[in-house]
This record gives sequence, C-alpha cells and structure tokens, in this order.
Amino acid sequence: MNLRRDVFQAIADPTRRTILILVASQSMTAGAIASNFDTARPTVSKHLQILTECELLKQEQNGREIYYHINAKKMKEIAVFIEPFRSMWDDRFNKLENIMKLKMNHRQIKK
Amino acid sequence: MELKTKINAEEGKQELLITREFDLPLEFLFKAYTEPEIVEQWMGTKVLKLENKKHGSYQFETTDSQGSKHGFNGVIHEFSPYQKITRTFEMEHTPFPVQFEFLEFEELTPDTSKLTMHIIYKSIAHRDQMLKLPFAQGINMAHNRLQNLYIN
Repeated sequence: MNLRRDVFQAIADPTRRTILILVASQSMTAGAIASNFDTARPTVSKHLQILTECELLKQEQNGREIYYHINAKKMKEIAVFIEPFRSMWDDRFNKLENIMKLKMNHRQIKK
Repeated sequence: MELKTKINAEEGKQELLITREFDLPLEFLFKAYTEPEIVEQWMGTKVLKLENKKHGSYQFETTDSQGSKHGFNGVIHEFSPYQKITRTFEMEHTPFPVQFEFLEFEELTPDTSKLTMHIIYKSIAHRDQMLKLPFAQGINMAHNRLQNLYIN
C-alpha cells in the first residue's frame, strides 16, 4: 500500500520531529539516529522512511554508509516549524492548568 | 496524545491565532495571568513588574540554562477583568520588533474556559521567524547533545 505522504503527517509525530531536529544539526546514518532513541531500530527506520517519502529528509550514499540530511527547501514550509512552537505553548498551558487545579483543591479544603 | 492547544497561522499573513480550552473556571484561568507568583510558575520566568491596568506595563526576566538573563516587557492597553487583556510584547536586546497581543478569556461552562491569543507581527517575515524560534532551540539542544557525545 502506498499512502500519499505529506508534511503535516510527517511532523504530527514527536519522534519524527526529534529526528528532524537531530539531523538538522548534521547529516547522520540511520544507526546514529536510532542510538538517540529507546525504541526498536525498525521503528526508527519506519520513521526515516516516512520523512524521506515526504521529502523532509534526503539520503546520500557515502562509501558503504547512507547518510540522512535535511531538505532545506522543504523545511521552509510553515507547517514544519509550527509544531515545536505549538508544543511549547501546550506545555506552558498544561502547567498553568495543573497549577490552578491545585489552587482550586486547596481552596475547597479550606472551605 | 492530541495537543489541546490549536494554532492557526495562515500562509502569507502577519498574524497568528492561538486557542486553548482549559478544565478551569474562567476565574482561575484569568488569575493565572494576573497574579505575579502564578505567572512566574507557569511561564518559567521572574516577574519584575506586572501592573494590571490600562496604561500599565509589565517586565519579565528569564534565566536560561547557561545562566544568561533575558528580558521581556510590554505595555497594557486594555484590561477588562475576566474578559480581555490587550498588550504589547517585546524581547529585549533581540532584533525582533515589538508584537501586539489580544488576549480574550471566555467562560464555556462553570468548570471550563477558553483563551484566544491573537498576535500581530510587524511583517510576515517577522512572524515566520518567531515561529521558528522553538525549532531553532531544539536544533541547539540536539547540537549540544551531539557535541557531548563526541567529547565523552
């Protein structure tokens, strides 16, 4: 089955966003990328395949090794970088919600 | 897990819409924006000044993991308790120009509320740059991590 891949699908997953951030700093082999995760190697390979299919990553043969590097042109699309921005705000708002829930409980106990 | 925060950033526009629904009564959501010690906790910043009134202003200071201090400030244009805050936001000592923020607070049910943050930037390019910041920080983090791996 060959699903149509798009950027939105690619970046919806936190592991794939981490892969993009890792590879953005330098080209890496699949093994080097996988060593940053606790997940099984085939899972990381699947993520790399999706990122490659939607052209966020490019493969380059270097001797016997295949290096993954970032496709700068595709990375210019807003959708790619909006997810980390959204996560940042979501973390802050989750914190806000938790802090205020604690305060509500305290108040109920006092009553 | 699905993120509860939604962001609408239309291509080619110099504005941004951030919306979030909270499992909190409106009163508690609004308080999180007006009480300095609460702002400090969830924003992870020090509050030097926070005047919740028309023509008031605010000043925050954040210390990063390297110990450097970063200042943020703004002026409050409108302040309607439990309804809205209209303010500017500026990152000191950066090339980013000031941005304009419309914060609207709404009650959904007695136990839930909604925040809408409408941000206007000086230009489309400035908005896109601002959006890229967290990604750039991620890249720095990954870079530092890689450097540490190679050094050790």
